[in-house]
Amino acid sequence: MIPIIMIKLFLKIFKTPSNIIPIHITDRGQAEVIAIGEKIQNKVKRLFKGSLAIRQVDAGSDNACEQELVALSNSFYDIERFGIHFVASPKHADMLMVTGPVTRSMAEALKRAYDVTPDPKIVVAVGDDAMDGGIFKGSYAVLDGVDNIIPVHYQIPGDPPTPKTILLHLLKILETLDHTSPKQHV
Amino acid sequence: MTIFVWILQLVLVPVTSPLCIGIIKKIKAKLQNRQGASIFQPYRDIWKLLHKDEVVSSDASWVFRYAPFIVFVVTIVVGASIPLFASFVNNTGVGDILVIVYALSIGTFFLALAGLDVGGGFGGFGSSREMTVSALAEGGFLFSLLTVALIAGTTNVFSISSSSMLVHGQSLLSITLAFVGFVIVLLAEAGRFPFDNPATHLELTMIHEAMILEYSGKRLALIEWASFNKLFIFFALGSNLFFSFGIAQGIGINAIAMGISALFIKVFIFCLIIAILESSTAKFRFFRLPDLLMTSFILNVVAISLIR
Amino acid sequence: MFNTLIPQVSFVVLLSFFGVGAIGALLFRKNDVISNGWSSFFAIIGSLWGLFFSIVTIIAGHNLSFVVGKSSFPRLALSFHIDTLAGFFIFVISLISLFCSIYGIGYIKHFYKKYDIGVFCFFYHLFIAGMLLVVSASNGIFFLIAWEIMSVASYFLVVYDRNEEENVKAGFLYLIMTHVGTAFIILALLLAYKFTGSFDFETIKLGAGLIPLSVKNIIFVFAMIGFGTKAGIIPFHIWLPSAHPAAPSHVSALMSGVMIKTGIYMMIRIFLDILQPIPVWWGLALLIVGSISSLLGVLYALTEHDIKRLLAYHSIENIGIILLGVGSALTFLSLGMPQFALLGLVAALFHTLNHAIFKSLLFLSAGSVINQMHTRNMEEYGGLIRYMPQTAMFFLIGSMAISALPPFNGFFSEWLTFQSLFQGVALSGFYGTWFFIVAAGSLAFTGGLALACFVKAFGVSFLARPRSAEVAHAKESSFSLRLGMWALATLSLLFGIFSGRITLILQEIGRGLTIFKNVPSFIVVSSRQSIAVGNDFSFVSAPIFFSFLIVTFLLVMFVMHFLINRNQKVKVGATWDCGTDLTPRMEITATGFSRSIILIFKGVLRPSIQHETEYHDSESRYLSRSRTVVLGVQDVYQAHFYQPLRKAIRTLSLRVKDIQSGNINLYISYIFIALIIALFSVL
Repeated sequence: MIPIIMIKLFLKIFKTPSNIIPIHITDRGQAEVIAIGEKIQNKVKRLFKGSLAIRQVDAGSDNACEQELVALSNSFYDIERFGIHFVASPKHADMLMVTGPVTRSMAEALKRAYDVTPDPKIVVAVGDDAMDGGIFKGSYAVLDGVDNIIPVHYQIPGDPPTPKTILLHLLKILETLDHTSPKQHV
Repeated sequence: MTIFVWILQLVLVPVTSPLCIGIIKKIKAKLQNRQGASIFQPYRDIWKLLHKDEVVSSDASWVFRYAPFIVFVVTIVVGASIPLFASFVNNTGVGDILVIVYALSIGTFFLALAGLDVGGGFGGFGSSREMTVSALAEGGFLFSLLTVALIAGTTNVFSISSSSMLVHGQSLLSITLAFVGFVIVLLAEAGRFPFDNPATHLELTMIHEAMILEYSGKRLALIEWASFNKLFIFFALGSNLFFSFGIAQGIGINAIAMGISALFIKVFIFCLIIAILESSTAKFRFFRLPDLLMTSFILNVVAISLIR
Repeated sequence: MFNTLIPQVSFVVLLSFFGVGAIGALLFRKNDVISNGWSSFFAIIGSLWGLFFSIVTIIAGHNLSFVVGKSSFPRLALSFHIDTLAGFFIFVISLISLFCSIYGIGYIKHFYKKYDIGVFCFFYHLFIAGMLLVVSASNGIFFLIAWEIMSVASYFLVVYDRNEEENVKAGFLYLIMTHVGTAFIILALLLAYKFTGSFDFETIKLGAGLIPLSVKNIIFVFAMIGFGTKAGIIPFHIWLPSAHPAAPSHVSALMSGVMIKTGIYMMIRIFLDILQPIPVWWGLALLIVGSISSLLGVLYALTEHDIKRLLAYHSIENIGIILLGVGSALTFLSLGMPQFALLGLVAALFHTLNHAIFKSLLFLSAGSVINQMHTRNMEEYGGLIRYMPQTAMFFLIGSMAISALPPFNGFFSEWLTFQSLFQGVALSGFYGTWFFIVAAGSLAFTGGLALACFVKAFGVSFLARPRSAEVAHAKESSFSLRLGMWALATLSLLFGIFSGRITLILQEIGRGLTIFKNVPSFIVVSSRQSIAVGNDFSFVSAPIFFSFLIVTFLLVMFVMHFLINRNQKVKVGATWDCGTDLTPRMEITATGFSRSIILIFKGVLRPSIQHETEYHDSESRYLSRSRTVVLGVQDVYQAHFYQPLRKAIRTLSLRVKDIQSGNINLYISYIFIALIIALFSVL
């Protein structure tokens, strides 16, 4: 009984056509990445170009952005083929993707996650909520945006941004972005 | 020529093991209808980690700081002491089955201590689970190696791999049973399904990953590399002790080339088996694992009793 | 004659050092410092003399038999017989007592003004002298006197810290169990006397053929129970986990490292030397006993969170391992394969030596920790590596040695034991193979479980954050304590690296027994110090492994620090705590660590869990203030073996008491019946 199910499973795997979304170089030009704060060194970008470990921090978000980030790992968008993967601990991470408008309770936790991530690191605020509070702006319970707590390098707008948007922005970040920026220490 | 063989024996395991892991991940990705990362991705990951800074916990002592080095060095030493592509590299004293089993235990010991050293909850129970699985797997591990040792008449792994198993036609059943027992132990010690999920993010389901949550930078690179090495060591032991076809018996370019390609083919078959296993079964509940390990032990005992 | 006189005189001098130390300590007992100094001085000198004497005996290789004076009792003769085996045990005793005495100089200061130091030192010297007499006595009654001296002196040492109620109870249990064992030993010796007509060991050996086989079997069972009680095999071990922790730490080290080995010595002496030839089932029985003791010992050790009880259970486990070696030696000898028997004996002797060293090291470091923390409960330790770094290092070396990790000495003696068991699997008949498979399997599992237990012991005690406020007051041990421990740790490593030489010496020692006189060498040590067993069935080389490990380690460190990682910085931050504050309660406890293994083996261990919860509001029990979980293990031996036995004996005694009814008519009828029976038997 079980072997028959297994055989059927494997046959199904081999018969399903691949439906992976192709990402061309020209598409990346469409992504307008919002860079704020300090710029990333080119050397650092070269270091991360082959392999990037992302740790996703939920600072009190409504989970819309988390769903989109989770969708990045499915067989349609497949972020792993670019060498990017999600990790469980901030100590293993190179990039922190923060979502949510930073509620009061999560401020301290977010600060600690930032402190414990080893250098060199990149912080990306994903979604309108993380940029400046979004639809929760001005509420008594939130602190209006991640850059009030920890230094943010890039922001990805959208409520929530689609997985394709996030992917294009990520790839743009990793490419050599600003040729003329002064080399500042991160 | 001998120098070349010695150097190859020393560096083959650390150099090839990330490729092995890359192949497993690629096959799994293909089975999930994805493209997956390239097979050289683990090399890039290790390279990047080696060039990052580290954050070390203030509660950690020298055990935490030196454990990655000790674990890595142990895998290199054991990797150089087992037959990879040649059975004539008859090492003068470290190729004994007991030395291999207990030298790998040094690595487990220090990794478990490092998990306890940081004082976080995850490392503690990760160490506890790891020691439970490792303690129960040791019986099966030793007895599967003992079966082939008794069939070949020596406990030196190089001599076992050089004695052709086809000659002992009547022991084929024993070898097969011992091999099945060995595969179960391989899955346990290398932390693959159904014992442990190497790609999980849920701390409550972690065994090996829980102990390394606190590592970063070069120490993390060394520990990950050491776990890749350990998997490769088990693959090499399984390929060369049980079904040692194609291994180089004498010095000669042709023999060595054939030995290396035979090794790669057998390791690839192992990668395929593991990838298919990980794509089709689920991880077992923790308290079902001792039953599986005892099965491995009993299989090996039956194999020994069937030798005569 | 001069040649024979020197060793005799030197042995008597050895004993007299301890005698002088004992009496002097008693005389000076009013002054703590002088009695401590006097006794430590004589103990150290005596141990050094003992080391020298035993090394000379082993190298010289011939037996030393002599009688001291004339005793006034008919069967008692103060006769000694020191062959290479006895010389080896004298070496072990002297080695451990040397380092324990050095440790004791600083440790005893802990007891100044509390108890009588002079009395302690008196019994300490008596204890060591008793052990030396036990391994060298050659007359049955003299042996029993020495055995009693050893047991009673150790009883007084166990109850020395008499302000604790449980120490006194532990001592009492120890006294009872050791006398039960002595009773069985007396029975065995009396049976031997009945058939050979003498208590002298040499005479019994020559007349061993006169003893019928059934009586030999009974002697075997009695001797095994009697000496096994001292050695601590299951199920006669119940005194060991309470008595060893109760004694002061260097006495625990001596008891655990050396005293229980005297039981092993007598087993080897009687089974391998005196009662030859023996049937096969004796060796197989010892294999089973060894397997059970080692597995159950380590499982009970996993349930403990009292650090000294944990170490005591590990002694039971290692005695099991030594018995595996002795058992395989006996089996092979009965099967007519003396070279393999020699292998088993060498494995057992090597493990005796190694266990003495690393167990003493562990007890001494545990003692230093307990001195600072004033509690034996591991759940209150934590983070001690920061306050006592050297003690932590010594405990780590001890843990690595006892878990049989190369290149320390424990690995090589277990390697030899495994080799003798592997030979047994390969070569003994169909039924014998199963016993050896069971033995090898239990040894394999024991190694793994012991590793788990010492990860727990070292990790919970020394690593991570302190679990109680007391830890902050801990200080590093004083100089004499560290010197004793450092010496043992270095020996642990050296005996591992030079295990080739030591195995050869042990093989010569084994050849000192008459049955192994002309046995060819089964163990061959090559010029590169690799131990090879049986025509290269297996070989291992300790120095090569050690140097390989060290060279690779230095190479990797060099490459990492200077080539790859030059520009990277290491920052000290916090443990990743997922954003909450980490309290000591979040670390894993010793109970929690071994919970998985205990639940897996719950058929054998019978654990019981008790939950206690304290609520904020006791009426509506909703929010709890604190919860306590106690994971306990039922003591099956007391409940199912000793208590029923005690009840049976009591019921029987009550029945027998009815004979003395107090009725004088009944007594007269007893006399009448006895007279009738006597008349009939005469006619």
